Amino acid sequence: MDFFKLFEASLPALLAGLVLTLKIISVGIIVAVIIGLVLGIINVGHNKILKLIAKLYIDLVRGTPLLVQVFFIYFGLPSVLNFKLDAMLAGIIAIGINASAYISEIIRAGIKSIDSGQMEAARSLGLPYGVSMRKVILPQAFKRMIPPLVNQFIISLKDTSILSSIGVIELTSSGQIIIASSFKAFQVWIMVGILYFMVIEILTLLSSRLERWVS
Amino acid sequence: MIEVQNLKKSYGIHEVLKDIDLHVKKNEVVCIIGPSGSGKSTLLRCLNGLESATAGSISIEKVELTNKKANINKIRENIGMVFQSFNLFPNLSVLKNITLAPMYIKKLKNGEAEHLALNLLGQVGLREKANVNPDTLSGGQKQRVAIARALAMQPNIMLFDEPTSALDPEMVGEVLNVMKKLAKEGMTMVVVTHEMGFAREVSDRVLFMEDGRIIEEGSPEQIFEKPTQKRTQSFLEKVL
Repeated sequence: MDFFKLFEASLPALLAGLVLTLKIISVGIIVAVIIGLVLGIINVGHNKILKLIAKLYIDLVRGTPLLVQVFFIYFGLPSVLNFKLDAMLAGIIAIGINASAYISEIIRAGIKSIDSGQMEAARSLGLPYGVSMRKVILPQAFKRMIPPLVNQFIISLKDTSILSSIGVIELTSSGQIIIASSFKAFQVWIMVGILYFMVIEILTLLSSRLERWVS
Repeated sequence: MIEVQNLKKSYGIHEVLKDIDLHVKKNEVVCIIGPSGSGKSTLLRCLNGLESATAGSISIEKVELTNKKANINKIRENIGMVFQSFNLFPNLSVLKNITLAPMYIKKLKNGEAEHLALNLLGQVGLREKANVNPDTLSGGQKQRVAIARALAMQPNIMLFDEPTSALDPEMVGEVLNVMKKLAKEGMTMVVVTHEMGFAREVSDRVLFMEDGRIIEEGSPEQIFEKPTQKRTQSFLEKVL
């Protein structure tokens, strides 16, 4: 009985945290996909300088922990450049940049997986590279990118819990606050876990629908 | 129409084409035969810039393709290419496969482009397949659609890269028939093929290639009846 009372009492705060988590991840993932698409296309292209910059970016992001990136963006940059950054905005930027490195690799691999004959056929008709990419290659590659993209989405969603460390009151942080006043760590972490789990289950379901729909 | 001079192509230290000269006149049908790895396909792919030449020059209708400033897209509009593996776009319907380039490049309206595409599909006997997905077609049908797609840009030259090599034997005929019809209509064609019967019947000139060189060339009668080079003779003995 105790559990249900606690559940009822905690739910509004936890849901508010969940909503913030979803806000951060939805904006963050859009940022990530845009940067990732640009980097991915640079990486299958032939411009050596751009490729070098893209490689540097991807290696740096993948080679450092997300928590370090979050601290760097929230504490590091503002301290030397003399500006104030909202914690939630810093979180969105960090999640977006972090996911973009992985997404760019997903996009690169998806494009590379399309038979080179497709590009050759498009180009042999006289179509420019960009049009061939947009009309022929990317639509085919996108289908193959769906499963790994959803996977990255799920990883990044869970990664938002790290933002509790800079005071963003997202789902994990909400749990911590409730525990601080109720001392019911076991029950609250189970509730937090269930909420994450439910969202991710729904996402998984939607993604398999999407996969079936495009094929 | 096509002027190739001293063309060389290497991949690293591996020389695939060694000093190729080739001249194709308007309305001429040239078949290139020879063993695998002789450079036939590479030569064909150089003709529309899918492979870049290491040395030498290629001109298509007086425009030098090997010139770095050449507008390769413009040149390609005028050269249709048909591939061994069809390379139809599986994300588009048969009709959209054909209308894509004319709509984008020639800015045809949807209706005009579809009219053109249906006409071409009629010519290759596949009008009723306009709205299906290419994946549902047989190999022979795919290749006929690929030919229609290449023709949609109304090119003056058609290149065929072993167009029947990936087909089941019973489907080779339908594709060759479409090609024969094209040849009769006066299309300038360069065909890399293993179909000796086709080369003999349709071509004005046959080139035998081996080891990156054109070993022998002449009329089909000359090449198939009385080849002068030992290597041509031994190749033909094996394939005929």
